Amino acid sequence: MKGLKKLLGLLWMILGPVIILFLFIQANDKISAAAAGFARTNTALQWSIIILIFIPICAGLVIFGFYAWKGEYDDLPDSSGDL
Amino acid sequence: MLPTENKAAQSITQVISASSLGTLIEWYDFYIFGSLAVIIGQQLFPSDAGASALINTLAIFAAGFIVRPFGALVFGRLGDLIGRKYTFLLTLVLMGGSTFLIGLIPSYSSIGYAAPILVLILRLVQGLALGGEYGGAATYVAEHAPAGKRGYYTSWIQTTATLGLFLSLGVIVLTKNLLGAGTFADWGWRIPFLVSILLVGVSIYIRMKMHESPVFTKLKAEGKVSANPLKESFQKRANFKMVLLALFGATMGQGVVWYTGQFYAQSFLENTCKLDFNESRYILLWAILFATPFFVIFGSWSDKVGRKWIMLTGMALGVLFYRPIYQYFLDATNVREMEATQLLSTSEPVVERVLIKDTKDSLITTTVTKTLRNGMTYKESGIVTITDDVLAPVPAPQTQIRDITLSGSTYLMVIALVFFQVLLVTMVYGPIAAFLVELFPTQIRYTSMSLPYHIGNGVFGGLVPFIATLVSSFSGSTPLSGLWYPIGIAALSLVIGAVYIDNRIDRTVTD
Repeated sequence: MKGLKKLLGLLWMILGPVIILFLFIQANDKISAAAAGFARTNTALQWSIIILIFIPICAGLVIFGFYAWKGEYDDLPDSSGDL
Repeated sequence: MLPTENKAAQSITQVISASSLGTLIEWYDFYIFGSLAVIIGQQLFPSDAGASALINTLAIFAAGFIVRPFGALVFGRLGDLIGRKYTFLLTLVLMGGSTFLIGLIPSYSSIGYAAPILVLILRLVQGLALGGEYGGAATYVAEHAPAGKRGYYTSWIQTTATLGLFLSLGVIVLTKNLLGAGTFADWGWRIPFLVSILLVGVSIYIRMKMHESPVFTKLKAEGKVSANPLKESFQKRANFKMVLLALFGATMGQGVVWYTGQFYAQSFLENTCKLDFNESRYILLWAILFATPFFVIFGSWSDKVGRKWIMLTGMALGVLFYRPIYQYFLDATNVREMEATQLLSTSEPVVERVLIKDTKDSLITTTVTKTLRNGMTYKESGIVTITDDVLAPVPAPQTQIRDITLSGSTYLMVIALVFFQVLLVTMVYGPIAAFLVELFPTQIRYTSMSLPYHIGNGVFGGLVPFIATLVSSFSGSTPLSGLWYPIGIAALSLVIGAVYIDNRIDRTVTD
């Protein structure tokens, strides 16, 4: 199980930037496809919000993956007092 | 029962009631905005913006969810510094106060753009307050509860989101029926907002009489209160890694399962399946009514078998069954296909002609009501625009199906399938408060548990309707494509939770 935890850690580290890249590509497609004027502004606004929200979350996923890869989750504390 | 036991039992009942009532009112406040979004859009936003008024309103609704994590940080920090009781008293006042004030905002026609700006500000305050409320209530109850019943007692708080939804729908329906649809749309919509101040007053009175959490009181007496809970929560590696684990392994999946079962299901039935407005609401209400006791059942069960696998089973069942369930919804409401063999009768057409503002054009709607042999009814509308150019050919009418009502057995089956989805909500949501409370030490508990909870629920969950609708608009998508978002997130959380989380129950929360 410890090996799996570490291996998956690499996956989470890769997944974070991949999600952000995917969002940027989708945002570009949707904004380009929207009609000029209000519709395009609205689409750009929506996608900006989504990307801004998910950047720190994906950064968290990368950190989570890094901790997992370093074996930080191999043995969890028995109680919250051990933190 | 011994007198001391009786007193203790009474005390914990009061603690749960005070915490749950406040949380219920907060959810009531939050839901009425969602339910009345269309009317608010018409009243408080520029009328010439058309559909954008609704979009703006919904965007503000999303903003209410997005700011919740920031509320978790602000009020979580306060809760760990000055105490649980006063912090979640403050969140209640802010939430109730801002809801009351939304009911007083003059219309766009009176004060122009100040109206939507005021709505936005008050919505942000609501979102911030909600971000601080749940962590306080869960921590407060858990720190009063005995070790073997922490899941059982905290699960009562989870029922409040459901009851808040019931209460908001009840007040809206009652007000609408008493005043009539026209008056309600004109000014009656303000009443559910204004009523909230009475509910908040009662809740404040009850909460003022409660004592501070014994665990926090002891911590304060010993001078061990954290000087900087934010720093300790997120800069101390040992704790931060548990915050990340709570988010990715539990609350992220819990958030999407919750919002899919209780919000997306209704939206899908109404907008994609074209079910009648009232019918889709009744279906959800019946499903929630039957499922609500299971919050407490699963919360209590988690005290015996651990929190992890109950929550993860809920996510796994969602991943497996969402697509077949929603496919059934589509098939059951595909009246075009049934029409060929099932059509029983068609009513006389009703024709409505509406002049389009500032033009000489007219919009003509012809509606017939059709009844099928299996008992289903629906309306079929043909819409055509007639221009003032009399020589122009009349275009073919665009037809659309709407207001489908289901037959007996299909109706029951749809209720059962929505019930199943809400049952999954109770599985992921019932044990989560106890799980989060047990994960973090007392000094930084409020801060540490609030952030992953509100990112999971507010961001991942709150954005389910928005992102699912967005995914459905991708080229080559089907009506079921939107489900890939909650399925993907729940599956990711399921894998992380299964691999990394322990099924332990922390016996003490006094550490």
